[in-house]
Amino acid sequence: MVEFVKLSSEILYWVIAGPFRGKPVNHAHVFEQMVFMGAKSIGIVFFVTFFTGVVLAMQSAYQLSQFGATIYVASLVSVSLCRELGPVLTALVIAGRIGAAITAEIGSMKVSEQIEALETMAINPIRYLMVPKLLSLLVMLPCLTVIGDYSGMAGGYLVGVFNLKINSTLYIQTSMKFLDLKDIYTGLSKSFVFAAIIALVGCYQGIKTKGGAVGVGQATTRSVVVSFILIIVADCILTGVYYFSNM
Amino acid sequence: MPQKNITISIKNLHKSFGDRKVLDGINMDIYAGETFVIMGPSGCGKSTLLRHLIGALRPDSGQVFFGDKDLASLSEVQKDQIRKKFGMSFQSSALLDSLSVEDNVSLPLKEHTHLDPNIISIIVKMKLALVGLRGVERLMTSMLSGGMRKRVGLARAIAMDPEIVFYDEPTAGLDPVMSAVIDHLILDLSKKLLITSVVVTHDMNSVFRIADRVAMLHLGKVLEVGTPEEIRNSKNKIVQQFIKGETEGPMNIIDKDDHPVAEVTE
Repeated sequence: MVEFVKLSSEILYWVIAGPFRGKPVNHAHVFEQMVFMGAKSIGIVFFVTFFTGVVLAMQSAYQLSQFGATIYVASLVSVSLCRELGPVLTALVIAGRIGAAITAEIGSMKVSEQIEALETMAINPIRYLMVPKLLSLLVMLPCLTVIGDYSGMAGGYLVGVFNLKINSTLYIQTSMKFLDLKDIYTGLSKSFVFAAIIALVGCYQGIKTKGGAVGVGQATTRSVVVSFILIIVADCILTGVYYFSNM
Repeated sequence: MPQKNITISIKNLHKSFGDRKVLDGINMDIYAGETFVIMGPSGCGKSTLLRHLIGALRPDSGQVFFGDKDLASLSEVQKDQIRKKFGMSFQSSALLDSLSVEDNVSLPLKEHTHLDPNIISIIVKMKLALVGLRGVERLMTSMLSGGMRKRVGLARAIAMDPEIVFYDEPTAGLDPVMSAVIDHLILDLSKKLLITSVVVTHDMNSVFRIADRVAMLHLGKVLEVGTPEEIRNSKNKIVQQFIKGETEGPMNIIDKDDHPVAEVTE
């Protein structure tokens, strides 16, 4: 735990102090990571959130129809996605895809002496390897979350309009009517925190890897498990802060 | 002939991992411009010693002086200043496998200098030519053979025109011809570029081909230091057993309880 905090603060130090010490992060490196982490994750984020939107609409339609209130499927889907499901589901998908990839990459570099090689070349592996990963995930996860929010709402829309026969315009209006700006920005601010969790846990588990291929496998598993737990816990805390305190 | 300027001085170096003493009072001077070979059986602590020389490990006690600076007492920033004068060729080559050959060799130049990319690309070509490689710049490192990887690793080690190059088992896992090629390269580089070379190996052919001086390490202690000729004529039975590769002799490969002596890995 102490080590994790120490590594995290060193990464944050290099994010902030790097440019002032004449060692800014390599832009090409960051963009490459952004393509890998962001653009190439759009498909899976879309699928997961889209079908969650569909399921959410179907399940809530059953409940709401008992009160003759099926129209509120629209707002239920939009609010729950933007506040909660969009950020959390996207983060979990990305923890599985990107967090694991970060750990596997750094871990196998560690066991094959590549990290040591960087150090002997007087290249700080934290600055060279980890900072670009954190920065690109901090940018890309909120973007993916927005895509997740939209595709989830699209899933709900399809059920609402084609199955529940709600008028299309009415559905969209109801969706928007109950959606506060606060819903959006709390959701997005969560995804920033989740991005930091995924990148930092991924880097930490990677750099701690010991013992060959088996070690890399174990570290990768640990990285995903720890990220999942921390994301859920952070989500709980942030929801408490945003909606159950006097902010 | 090697000049008698001491480049690296090791004073009474001790290191243990847990209960196991790996380095037990090492004293050694390495002179500028010479090719110094550290040999010894697996697990004798030679790789650990090398890791102390590059500042990757901290000694329990004792010092490693680079010039007049004690490596262990330096901050990371100061250490990095010294590391820029080092080159290191790793046993596994340790090429970054996400990068092409050119990006690997140019990495230290890109990170530590403000040279124009065109100039860097010329330097990379020159360094690759020095290790006998042409037209491989665009290849990914995963496409290279073992011998090529070693040579690319070497080209990377000399990219910054280092004063000292460390070689960790440079011929391990290579066929005899490629081993000879690598040995010639090491000699060539130290003559052409006036580099001090520190080579850790247990390949005896290699030792007698390249060494100006040899140190024999056994159970964390220096048994003998001398020229290859002196080592060949050594009276020490352990040294004789090692260079002749005999199974019978004073060197224990089986401990009292009939267990093979464990190799020290970190």
